[in-house]
Amino acid sequence: MSVLLEVTNLRTEFATRAGLVRAVDGVSLRVARGECLGVVGESGSGKSVTFSSVMGLVRSPGRVAAGTIHFDGRDLRGLAPEEMRAIRGRDIAMTMQDALTALNPALTVGEQMAEVMIAHDDTLPSARGARRSAIRDRSVEMLGLVGIPAPETRLRQYPHEFSGGMRQRIMIAIALTCRPQLLIADEPTTALDVTIQAQVLELISDIRARLGMSVVLITHDLGVVAEHCDRVMVMYAGQVVEEGPTDQVIGAPRHPYTRGLLASIPRPALRGQPIRPIVGQVPDLVGLPPQCRFHSRCPLARQGCLVQVPMLPAGPGRQARCLRLEETS
Amino acid sequence: MTDAAILSVPQAESLFRRNLRDFRRNRLAMASLIVILVFVVMAVAAPLIAPQDPNETDLLRRLQPPGWAPGGDWAYALGCDGLGRDILSRIIYGARISIFIGLAVIFLATGVGILAGLAAGYFRGWVDVVISRVVDILLGFPYLIFAIGLMAMMGPGLMNIVLALAYKEWVIPCRVVRGETLAVRELEYVEAARALGAGPRHIMWREILPNILSPVIVISTIRMANVIILEASLSFLGLGVQPPTASWGSMVSDGRAFILEAWWVSTFPGIAILLLVLAINVASQGLRDAFDPRFSE
Repeated sequence: MSVLLEVTNLRTEFATRAGLVRAVDGVSLRVARGECLGVVGESGSGKSVTFSSVMGLVRSPGRVAAGTIHFDGRDLRGLAPEEMRAIRGRDIAMTMQDALTALNPALTVGEQMAEVMIAHDDTLPSARGARRSAIRDRSVEMLGLVGIPAPETRLRQYPHEFSGGMRQRIMIAIALTCRPQLLIADEPTTALDVTIQAQVLELISDIRARLGMSVVLITHDLGVVAEHCDRVMVMYAGQVVEEGPTDQVIGAPRHPYTRGLLASIPRPALRGQPIRPIVGQVPDLVGLPPQCRFHSRCPLARQGCLVQVPMLPAGPGRQARCLRLEETS
Repeated sequence: MTDAAILSVPQAESLFRRNLRDFRRNRLAMASLIVILVFVVMAVAAPLIAPQDPNETDLLRRLQPPGWAPGGDWAYALGCDGLGRDILSRIIYGARISIFIGLAVIFLATGVGILAGLAAGYFRGWVDVVISRVVDILLGFPYLIFAIGLMAMMGPGLMNIVLALAYKEWVIPCRVVRGETLAVRELEYVEAARALGAGPRHIMWREILPNILSPVIVISTIRMANVIILEASLSFLGLGVQPPTASWGSMVSDGRAFILEAWWVSTFPGIAILLLVLAINVASQGLRDAFDPRFSE
C-alpha cells in the first residue's frame, strides 16, 4: 500500500509562562492509503496537537519547531498559507472534538455545507442556477450518506434543531463533502452516548470503505480502536510509545504503558477484581529530561532506563519505545 | 408541552426569528415602536401632512398661541414662533433632520465600527494595538466638545454634522465588536472552519460576524437615541443645520428668548425630542431583552 501521510520527527512547542512545553516531541508516523490509524493516549499526550500540526492549525504561542510532514508527495510544512488552506477541507478534512459547538449556530446546515464546496470544488458549474442545484444535490446526497432523514428539509435548519449525534454526523458530512483523501476524526464520539457512538463509528468505517479514503481516529477508547482501526499508535507525554497492527498491539502489548492502559479497562472476565490503574501522574511537560518518560510510573523501570529511548523494533511491523522489551514479549 | 407540539415537524426557525418573536410579545416595546413609526411617517410624508409651509414667515402671526388658547387658530395648532412660522409644520419637517442624522450616523459608525472591531479582534497584534489606542484616545474626549470642535473646523451643513458625530460614534460598536470577536474566534466552530480551509475573510464575515450581530444591533439602537440628542444639542448651540431649515434643537433654542411670554415655541419641539428619544430607548431595551441571551428567560 502506498503511503499517503508521512510525518517524521515532528516537534511542536508551546511557549508558556512556565517555560517551553514540547507538546509533541519527535513523533513519526505513516498513514497508508485506505488505512485507518487509531491514535490513543490520555488527555495531554499530544494526540490532537500532532494532527493540528499536520493540518497547519497550530497557532501562537504554539509552533511546529522541527520535523517533516509529507502528504501525497507534497511537503506540507513548505507550503504557503494559501496553498495549505486549499488542502484543508479538500484533501485533508478534520472533524472537531465537540460536535455540539463545532457548527456555526448562525448559519443553516445547508449554508455551511455549501461554503465548503464553494471554497474547494472547481468542478461546480459556473451558471448560478446550475451551481445552486449542484450544491443542493450534493448536500442532500451527503446528508443522506450520513443517515440524516429528510435531508431536503434538514438543510434549511439550524444546528440547534439537531441532536448531538446528528450534529456529529453533519460535521462528518461537511468534512466529507469534498471527498478528502484523509479524514482526521478527533474524538468523534466523546460527546455522544454509547449507541450513537457505535452508529457514528460504523458510519465512518463504512464511508471509508466506500470512498477509499484514509482515516485517523483520535480517541482514548481502546475498544473503539480495536473495532475500527488497522493500525494503532499509542502516545504518552508527547511521544509515540508503541505502534503496530491493532490486533497485535492490543492482543500482546509490548510497552508497559500500553499494558497498563489495557489492564485498567474493566471487562466482564475480571468481574469482582479491582481495576488496576496506572499509578502516578503524567509528567509535567516543561523541561523534561531526555530520558524514558514513563519510568516514574513503570513497573519495569530500572536505573538503566534513565537514558533517551528510541523506538525499537518489537516484532513484524511493530515498534515500541522501551528498553525492557524482552521482558514484555 | 402538548402531544401535538411534540409530534409536529420542527420548523426551521433561526435564533433571529425567535428573538423577534420575543420582541413582539413585549407590549411597551411595541408601543414605542409605533411611536417611532409615527415619527418616521411624519418625516417621510412631511410635505403631505404639514398644514403650513414650515419656512413661511408671517409677522402678523408672530408668537401666536396654540389653537386651544385664547387668540389661537387651529390652522396653526401648536402656535407660531418668533417669525410667525407654524410650529407643528416645523416639528414635522424637523423629524426629517433628526431621523436622517440619527440613521446616517449610526449606519456609518456601525459600519466603520464593525470593520475596525473585527480587524482588531481577529488579527490581534499591532492592528489591535493601533485600533484600540485610537479608540481609547477618542473615548477620552468629551463627546459634545469634540463634535463642536469638528463643526467649527468643517463648517455647518447636514453632511458635516453626520461626519462630526460619526467620527467618535464608531468607537462604541467597535469596542463591542472587538470584545465579542475575541470571544467567538476561539470557539470550536471557528476552528472547525479553519480546519475546512476557510480564510480570514470568510471567518470574519461568515463565522464571526453573524454570531455577534445581536449585541451590535442592540447597542446601535441605544446609541441612536444618543445621537439624536447630540444633533439637537449642536443645533441648539447654532452649530447644526442652518436656518431656515427646521431642526428641533434650533427650535428650542429660538424659543429661549420668549420662554416667559410664549412657552409653546420651545416646549413643543422639546416634547418631540423627548418622545422620540424615549421611544427609541424603550424599544432598544426591548430589543436587548429579546436578543441578549443574558436577559431572556
